[in-house]
Amino acid sequence: MKSPIIHLTGVHKYYGDYHALRGIDLDIAEGEFFSLLGPSGCGKTTLLRTIAGFEDVSDGTLLLDGKDMEGVAPNRRPTNMVFQSYAIFPHLSVAQNVGFGLRRSSMSKEAKARAVGEALEMVGLGGYGNRAAHALSGGQRQRVALARALILKPRVLLLDEPLSALDKKLREQMQNELRRLQRQVGITFILVTHDQEEALIMSDRIAVMFEGEIAQLADPQTLYRRPATRRVAEFIGMMTFLPATVRGQEVEVAGLGRAEVEAEQCPGGLSDGDAHAGIRPELLSILFPGEETTRRVAEGVVEELTYYGDMTYYDVRLEGCERPVTISMKNMPGRPVLERGAPARVAWDARSLVIFG
Amino acid sequence: MKGRGLYVYALAYLIFLYAPIVLLPIFAFNDSTVIAFPLSGFTTQWFAEIPETPALIDSVQTSLVIAATTAILSTGLGICAARAGAKYDFPGKRPVLGFIMLPLVLPEIIVAVSLLVVLLGLGLSLSSWTVILGHTLICTPFCIAILNSAFGNLDPSLEEASFDLGETRFTTFRLVTLPLVMPGIISSLLIAFTISLDEFIIAFFLTGTEPTLPVYLWGQLRFPQKIPVVMALGTILVASSVLILAVAEYFRCRGIARTGGKDTGGFL
Ligand SMILES: Nc1ncnc2c1ncn2[C@@H]1O[C@H](COP(=O)(O)OP(=O)(O)O)[C@@H](O)[C@H]1O
Ligand SMILES: [Mg+2]
Repeated sequence: MKSPIIHLTGVHKYYGDYHALRGIDLDIAEGEFFSLLGPSGCGKTTLLRTIAGFEDVSDGTLLLDGKDMEGVAPNRRPTNMVFQSYAIFPHLSVAQNVGFGLRRSSMSKEAKARAVGEALEMVGLGGYGNRAAHALSGGQRQRVALARALILKPRVLLLDEPLSALDKKLREQMQNELRRLQRQVGITFILVTHDQEEALIMSDRIAVMFEGEIAQLADPQTLYRRPATRRVAEFIGMMTFLPATVRGQEVEVAGLGRAEVEAEQCPGGLSDGDAHAGIRPELLSILFPGEETTRRVAEGVVEELTYYGDMTYYDVRLEGCERPVTISMKNMPGRPVLERGAPARVAWDARSLVIFG
Repeated sequence: MKGRGLYVYALAYLIFLYAPIVLLPIFAFNDSTVIAFPLSGFTTQWFAEIPETPALIDSVQTSLVIAATTAILSTGLGICAARAGAKYDFPGKRPVLGFIMLPLVLPEIIVAVSLLVVLLGLGLSLSSWTVILGHTLICTPFCIAILNSAFGNLDPSLEEASFDLGETRFTTFRLVTLPLVMPGIISSLLIAFTISLDEFIIAFFLTGTEPTLPVYLWGQLRFPQKIPVVMALGTILVASSVLILAVAEYFRCRGIARTGGKDTGGFL
């Protein structure tokens, strides 16, 4: 990793008696797109506001660009923030909003106007400078907030759930644009989100938080393929957990059967006794009649299905297992969508399992 | 028809409320010292007499100075209290804020008498300043009530955004907070001004050698021949208050339109 722009060690935050951050250790590299992901109330905003300087650190140290930020006010930190409510100044025009941070700079009037024009151009709002800020749509406000924060060329841009107020289409479009923008300007972005899909799509690395602690810090692929705890696995994507019994390196999974597993499939280590085997829907497949496979096969019955157009999600009850497993299948020509109650042969691999003690 | 009774009631209410004010200009232009119908003729004599009654002019001046000072003081105090209430948490916040609002429900006569006792006890002489003190005491709760909603509606992240973009706490207040709560501040100034201008009891108890307009008028009621002049002055006051309120309302609406808010009632 390159030299970290943000370095947190043992950061705690108390609100009165409430322990909001419980020992956060975190290094974020220069130019990284980093996400803080977790359910509502886990302390993501608190951590972001601590980095911005709106909350002080109760215990531990926070270094920004190698400098201790203890007692440094937000207006003296090399960070800028895009607020969840966008916080667009309603009494100012779009250009005045975007140029707000330049008020104290020594640039000439013309240079400022040019910078504002460029910033608006960058977020796709060229020519909107004279509009009244309060007359903008949600997506446009979002862009103004981005331009306003980026015009100061901060070392770190902090974004608190910037897309959560937008509708689905616009959100997907903005996810792409934000990613493109981040590559273009090369500034470190820290994104707070409770949407795991958003975090996976956009980030270089993700910290998953629960109750003021980081449960796992990894790149999207590792996070998805090898979640560190069952809780992380449940939070990221879909995963079915089947009861399992461990003996040595061998796991007996209800409904599926016996399998040898490797150490990297067991994030919490492997110990004899009861455990749970987790498996993603796309790593199981239903064989259509007559199809041959070299993979292992288990027998079951389709209990429920959900049709999404491109995909169908099946809940299949395997023989010898109470809980149905979820299986996702791509809909392809020549492969009929099975009906409820139809028998299903399920193909699986030992490598697809993740074992939680 | 449904609602007919309420309609009649509302109409009667308005007539009862405003008819005396309509009588004011009528008798101000009536050519008689007797305030009674039938009217005897048109004259502007009473208006002409106003400048010739120096005590009246003095009392108007005293009242205007007291009302303006009270408006500024109580709005200033109101801004501090409303901001503290909206932004900070401190021990005993609710009881303290509740206590500040107490004069709102306290009978004025009690405020007046107790202030008089305290001031005399402290050995202070009565003057316009003691009236201002009393008026500020009773106006501040009204100002706080108005300003509370202005500050409460303010998104706290607006101030944080300004702070984040490099401004200090002070410039943030000037550049962001103040423009956004300005309509509330103007309302507060006007309300305090109006309350102070027509307040009688406290002014009566605490005034020194310079009576306020209500106190002066009360003294003049013993002299019937002066009443038409009082009516003429009243006419001027009513006309100017309507003008002031109209102007204030115009600015308030413009302010709301500028910040994109929804109009939720005003004075007019
Ligand atoms: N100013 C505050 N005073 C007291 N508690 C707070 C304050 N801000 C946040 N909290 C509490 O800290 C916890 C984490 O909040 P937050 O960081 O906003 O969560 P998230 O952004 O992950 O939803 C919540 O339980 C919240 O109630
Ligand atoms: Mg939050």
